[in-house]
Amino acid sequence: MNYQTPQGMSRRHFAKHLAGLSAFAGSSLAMGRSLSANSLKLKKNQKSAILLWMGGGPSTIDLWDLKPDSPNGGEFNPISTAGDVQICEHLPLMAQQMDKVSIVRNMSTREADHQRGRYYMHTGYVPNPNVVHPSYGSVIAHELNENRQALELPPFVSVGGGSEGPGFLGMSWAPFTVDSNGNVRNLEMNMPADRLTQRMQALRLLETGFIDENRGRSSVEHAKVLDKTLNLMTSQQMSAFRTDGEPEEVRERYGANNFGRSCLMARRLVEAGVPFVEVNLGGWDNHQGIFNTLKDQRLPMLDQGMSALIADLHERGMWEDTALIWMGEFGRTPRINGNAGRDHWARSWSVVVGGAGMKPGIAVGETDPDGMSVVGNAYTSEDVMASICKALGISLETNFTSTSGRPMRIANSGKIISELF
Amino acid sequence: MLMNQFPKLTLLLLTPFLIGGELFAQESRDWPGASDRLSQVAEINRQIEQYWNDYGVNPASPAEDAEWCRRVHLDLIGRIPTVEELESFLSSEAKDKYSNLVNQLLDDDAYTEEFSRNWTTIWTNLLIGRTGGNANNSMIDRAGMQKFLRDSFARNKPYDRMVYELVTATGNVSPDAENFNGAVNFLIDKVNADNAAQATAATSRLFLGLQVQCTQCHNHPFNKWEQQKYWEMNAFFRQVRARGGRRAQMNGQTAELVDVDFMGESNDVQEADLYYDQRNGELKIAFPVFVDGTSIAKHGAVSEVVRRQELANLMMDSPYLEKALVNRVWGHFMGYGFTKPVDDLGPHNKASHPELLDYLASEFRKNDFDIRDLIRWVVLSRPYGLSSKMASAKGKEVDLVDDPQAGTMPLFSRFYLRQMRAEELYESLLVATRAEASMGSYEQQEQRKNRWLQQFAQAFGTDEGDETTNFAGTIPQVLMMFNGELIRQATGSANGNFLDRLVADSSLSNKEKINYLFMAGLGRKAKPNEVKMASQLYTARGNPRETFQDLWWVILNSNEFIFNH
Repeated sequence: MNYQTPQGMSRRHFAKHLAGLSAFAGSSLAMGRSLSANSLKLKKNQKSAILLWMGGGPSTIDLWDLKPDSPNGGEFNPISTAGDVQICEHLPLMAQQMDKVSIVRNMSTREADHQRGRYYMHTGYVPNPNVVHPSYGSVIAHELNENRQALELPPFVSVGGGSEGPGFLGMSWAPFTVDSNGNVRNLEMNMPADRLTQRMQALRLLETGFIDENRGRSSVEHAKVLDKTLNLMTSQQMSAFRTDGEPEEVRERYGANNFGRSCLMARRLVEAGVPFVEVNLGGWDNHQGIFNTLKDQRLPMLDQGMSALIADLHERGMWEDTALIWMGEFGRTPRINGNAGRDHWARSWSVVVGGAGMKPGIAVGETDPDGMSVVGNAYTSEDVMASICKALGISLETNFTSTSGRPMRIANSGKIISELF
Repeated sequence: MLMNQFPKLTLLLLTPFLIGGELFAQESRDWPGASDRLSQVAEINRQIEQYWNDYGVNPASPAEDAEWCRRVHLDLIGRIPTVEELESFLSSEAKDKYSNLVNQLLDDDAYTEEFSRNWTTIWTNLLIGRTGGNANNSMIDRAGMQKFLRDSFARNKPYDRMVYELVTATGNVSPDAENFNGAVNFLIDKVNADNAAQATAATSRLFLGLQVQCTQCHNHPFNKWEQQKYWEMNAFFRQVRARGGRRAQMNGQTAELVDVDFMGESNDVQEADLYYDQRNGELKIAFPVFVDGTSIAKHGAVSEVVRRQELANLMMDSPYLEKALVNRVWGHFMGYGFTKPVDDLGPHNKASHPELLDYLASEFRKNDFDIRDLIRWVVLSRPYGLSSKMASAKGKEVDLVDDPQAGTMPLFSRFYLRQMRAEELYESLLVATRAEASMGSYEQQEQRKNRWLQQFAQAFGTDEGDETTNFAGTIPQVLMMFNGELIRQATGSANGNFLDRLVADSSLSNKEKINYLFMAGLGRKAKPNEVKMASQLYTARGNPRETFQDLWWVILNSNEFIFNH
């Protein structure tokens, strides 16, 4: 009677039971999708994206666009790299990987408040009281999920943080959040499959009854999320969340810390076919004592995890199909404040992108000698998203219809960063 | 005693109110907003109806009595009603049963603790967030914050007084300290870093509905508040300091909020100034000036001027004080405020019903900032009492004129469906299952709830300590409802628990037991197809105990349970 998450045969048996439930709210838990679980073969050229989100607003002038000859330059020196760029001396491992990624040094945005900046950099839109826009993770998951019948995991996973929500795409595209240890609470159902199946059938009756009373779309979304949850509970693919099964040397390579584990989990999730993974590393809001914090805490962790992820994806032949984005909500003031810190600054800063065929090893654009403004052409959140879409093969002609019925162009009609292609 | 809980149901089943739900004589029935003896209720109805006419929308029908009763309990005291409470309301024939119930929940001593608990929870989350005080190195004492709020709500402290105390508080965060003042927990972690930027932003946003934080660094393009205004507001917080905490906490010494002399950045205490960077790199001077342009003495010595007290006095006279609170309370009960976000009343963000907002705000001030009265007006109004079922016939296009979820301006022509807040769900599960977790002292109960809530809270990794909750409508939430410990206990068959007692009660038929579970969870009787479903479960399980376990699990996991509707 003590029935745990089904394995092999039981899973198939279970799927059969559940097949009748799939139409909760017109969602598509097809039989074939479940039956192919045991022989999961990833389709070649299956694209994914990984966002390394630096919560708090990282000081890109100290990492990727150093100004050693300016009073704004701070304490760090630039070093040469495997690519055609120089970066911070405290990122030595990344320096060896800079032939695989590129720095966009001419980012210029307008949102310098955490909440607004987080929203804008995740969606391409400024906050608007009348509509909640989907985050890039939800959009990419939505676009790439279609051909992944074998995928039983949520198509958008956020590790170690919350990301932004699915907006008008609906809760079934919400980020599935886990901590860096991959613990998913309350996963064990502790009952025989038949009994859960019968419960689900009974629940369906209640759900449908309430939905039919025409009370609005939240009730429909609830039913869809029930489907997704059920899918998850019975999936062998859940092992993708467990990094503890990886060989010791792999885990050491990524770093024995939350960020390292999160990066390793991102690789495993992408291998399992998850189209979008966000990895969160906070602590970049360095209003005071920035140089010690960066040198002693943030940079060593970032350097190890990020470089290991890039190298590992590359060695496994996944780099050409995986787009990597490194960014936060904004950069930090070039001028160093009275507390040896830097404040919020959106006017001139950098993001790092690579993989999925984007041109590596270069610096796109530049800032002036003091880092105070972008010289020449500038790029935005929308442009980064447009470029990622292009790299992933998502058409920039894609339109969404928001709940208000208004069509919205993917990436808010951003332009492609031509230097990367 | 325990057995006495169930037989009452028989009474209920004999009343004509609940037969299938469809036999309601809705037209002839009295409804909340119909008896508008309170002039404020009448005015809310008049103004809201005016907009329905102007926009040509048909309001939904009045909510069914059981739905309204459930809603009022959830919104006022933070949990669904017990079967006994429902029954007492439904069986009442009194013409003013609606205002009776609201008055009871607001004013009756029996509900003081639950009312205060609910509003303490809401305000704790506003003032220090869902995670404030949980980290080991935090200066905040969460229990201290709650003690202050609980006391304020239980004694029905006028709202302006409560704000004054929060803004001006000095003393220790911890209830164990001699100079304890729970109100200091609001500002304790917001004053030391970044020249009290967070104190400036939070005070303006929460109590005045003014979002000044964007203007810290520059004149904001979408916000008429200019950078100078931010720093003039910030100048009020230059005397306040948090002492102790963090490291000191290890010696059992908790943090204190104090006012100290501000010497000014030019070191002239009589003209204590500050300077900020404009975007062009030039420095500009600022002294304390309130948002309405009123300036105060420039002296920085506490013996001459206590800047926070001056600020609080100016806030007490500001019309934004009552507007911000009215908008927040309206948003709490109606699902949407008059503005979105609810705490942005700046000139760039037009209200949906500006005249009504102004009217309620001025009534609230006239009425000595009595929050309970404000709640009474809103809850007894016609729009609050409407059904969540859309007026358009089933299967037709959703009525797009009033669909704020789709971005239209809210017209409040129906009750907007919404998920229970995490705390509401927790308390409702305790009530519905009469769970053991409802035992113990107030502090123990709060600690248990807080632990449970932590599974859904996530910080964003910024210095401002902002956070999100991955609760409403997510997979982790469903997993918790499917398999979580609370649900396992509720639907398990431990000897003597709620379900066990119901199953063992020989005075009730199986059908009555089914209806009891539907009443306890959903506030209604089972529909015929649901009774049939229950009997199918019985066939599969072969025994009543497991059948009722299944049924209870299904009810608690349904959208109808988890939505306030």
